[in-house]
Amino acid sequence: MPANKKKRTLSDANLLLLITIVVFFVMYISAVVFLGSGFRKAQMFFNILDANAGLVITACGMSLVMITQGIDISIGGVVRLVCMSCAVNLELQNGTPFTAFLIAMGIGLAFGVVQGFLVAYLEIQPFIVSLAGMYFAKGLTTIIHTNPISVTNEAFKALRKIEFVLPGLGYYNKKGTYINTTIELGSVVAIVVVILMFLMLRYTKFGRNFYAVGGNKQSALMLGINVKRTKFMSHLICSLLAGFGGFVYFVHIGSAATSNANGMEMNAIASSIIGGTLLTGGVGNVIGTLFGVLSLNTIQNIVSSIGLDDAWWTDITIAGMLCLFLVIQSVVMSRTKKK
Amino acid sequence: MEKATVKKQNPFNRLLHSQMMIPLVALVLLLGFNLLMDPTFFKITLGTNSAGNPVLSGNLISALNNGSELAILAIGMTLVTAASGGQDISVGATIAISGSAMLRILCGTESSPSTLAAPIILGFLVAVLVGMLCGLFNGILVATFKIQPMIATLILYTAGRSIAAWINNNQLPIVPGSTFTYFGGFIPGIPIPTPFLIAVLCFIIMALVMKFTNLGLYTQAVGINENAAKLNGLKPAFIKILSFVILGVCVAVAALIKCSRTSTINYSVVAQNIEMDAILAVALGGNSLGGGKFNIWASVVAAYVIQLLTTTLYKFKVSSDALPAYKAVVVILLIVFSAPVVKEKMAEIGKKVRKPAKEVG
Repeated sequence: MPANKKKRTLSDANLLLLITIVVFFVMYISAVVFLGSGFRKAQMFFNILDANAGLVITACGMSLVMITQGIDISIGGVVRLVCMSCAVNLELQNGTPFTAFLIAMGIGLAFGVVQGFLVAYLEIQPFIVSLAGMYFAKGLTTIIHTNPISVTNEAFKALRKIEFVLPGLGYYNKKGTYINTTIELGSVVAIVVVILMFLMLRYTKFGRNFYAVGGNKQSALMLGINVKRTKFMSHLICSLLAGFGGFVYFVHIGSAATSNANGMEMNAIASSIIGGTLLTGGVGNVIGTLFGVLSLNTIQNIVSSIGLDDAWWTDITIAGMLCLFLVIQSVVMSRTKKK
Repeated sequence: MEKATVKKQNPFNRLLHSQMMIPLVALVLLLGFNLLMDPTFFKITLGTNSAGNPVLSGNLISALNNGSELAILAIGMTLVTAASGGQDISVGATIAISGSAMLRILCGTESSPSTLAAPIILGFLVAVLVGMLCGLFNGILVATFKIQPMIATLILYTAGRSIAAWINNNQLPIVPGSTFTYFGGFIPGIPIPTPFLIAVLCFIIMALVMKFTNLGLYTQAVGINENAAKLNGLKPAFIKILSFVILGVCVAVAALIKCSRTSTINYSVVAQNIEMDAILAVALGGNSLGGGKFNIWASVVAAYVIQLLTTTLYKFKVSSDALPAYKAVVVILLIVFSAPVVKEKMAEIGKKVRKPAKEVG
């Protein structure tokens, strides 16, 4: 097929995205066909989405940083810190959900500015900077409060209860009563974030700069793009989204503990990779990231429902899936280079 | 031209510009801080432990003792970083895997047998084999499939502790007898902690390997420019895999020490966060995390600096949960001051202060 080089790489990026989406649907449909029961109900799908709304938002930020050739492993720590700070604010300082939200965004902003500055302007490796960020956030969490807190604030509880009924997706239970399929506020917010990020990355100059810088720093510089500022912005947005995602996660679980969001950064990285984002930079798509998160959690549900419910199988399947996608990516990318 | 300038410099000046400078300055700062705050920090006493053997104790000894696993890992991690331009984040998880395999051999299927099911050396060899296999797996993903090391090792990072649980069927076997505890404690009659002795043995072996083989040169060549190395007849894929396999051996040794300390293995917490400390040791040692030039001994010194920092913080009654926050601040400060951009700025300021009497050129 004669095609110029630009179209070639573009279609490869799309191919990775396509593989992810196809794998997700094949997995889900085969679960519906062979496993039945829970998977036949639309609620199952929305439960997965509800439980992972926070992860979707943070993973979007992770994808953005990865597109810009960076990495941010501090987000799990930031999420944990956000949960604990918000819980302390709501329970011990008589805060409102709004002040808690401001605190969450403030934490995100602080981490973003410091890490972005260190990475972009002092040119320190993002891995080391965010590693220190992770240590700092996790340590600070235990300094703020060590015991688990369950939030009893009324306004916050009301916020948690907001649900939207999805018409036409409900089902009749055995007694014949109609049960609505509902979706939490967090999921709606997560999907809005994904769409906004997608539009920003695709149609604005600001968003396209990230791809340019991640693809080739030198040519981006020659095109007159402010490389340092772009890198700074990618880390800033990532940390802000980590703060925001942390708040959404906190609203979903409704309590805080020092073990919250354990391994979230790794899940976010895994989701981004499964969604077709390359760590080498310049390639990626937040829609893919959304499907990455969904795929990861669907396979966990499938594994536990076919009877492999020993705790260790979950991790082993995630790792296996990650391995599979990495090899697919590697094969696709080496094919591109040869042509 | 370059040689001439190097010759002119006195040894002190050369040290000032070498990689060793960063960890050494950190070490001196830490020791100085301790000296100011509490001189008793340096007290070393010779006592006897519960088994009646002479043992040295004190803060410095405990730092040397507990930092040994980290220092051993730092050797392998430096090589991996230099050759592949990335880091292995699975070392903590592979310690759990190879430790579990070792205990499985030593204890058989029972959870607390009264006698060893196999000699310790056999268990250790199996652990080495498992460690090397894990390294091989990572190495093949990195070298053959060209996956970034951090991401390739994410697979074992995610699955490692679960595989370890699966090996021992979720049990925590306890190794019988006191011989096994020697590796993480004290050998009767020798007051120096065994982990430190094992670490020194590893350093000697590594020094001999570096002296009598071209491993160092080849690793550096592959790290700096893979294609150029290939054109010069090296096999970059082989060198990369080799570096991961060497790290695997280091992991097995660390696993032996870790398991021996407690006579058992708690696979979900053993060596937790050690991968982060090992990477920090490499970075603190002034090695570029993007591969290429490296200095193993700087990493080793940095590993002990990190452990000394931990010991110091414990001394000041920092709880183990809050420890990472303080560590992060220290690390960020160290890294900011050793960043090339900051160094340039500092040098500029320094020049202005000294007046431009001598021209640079």
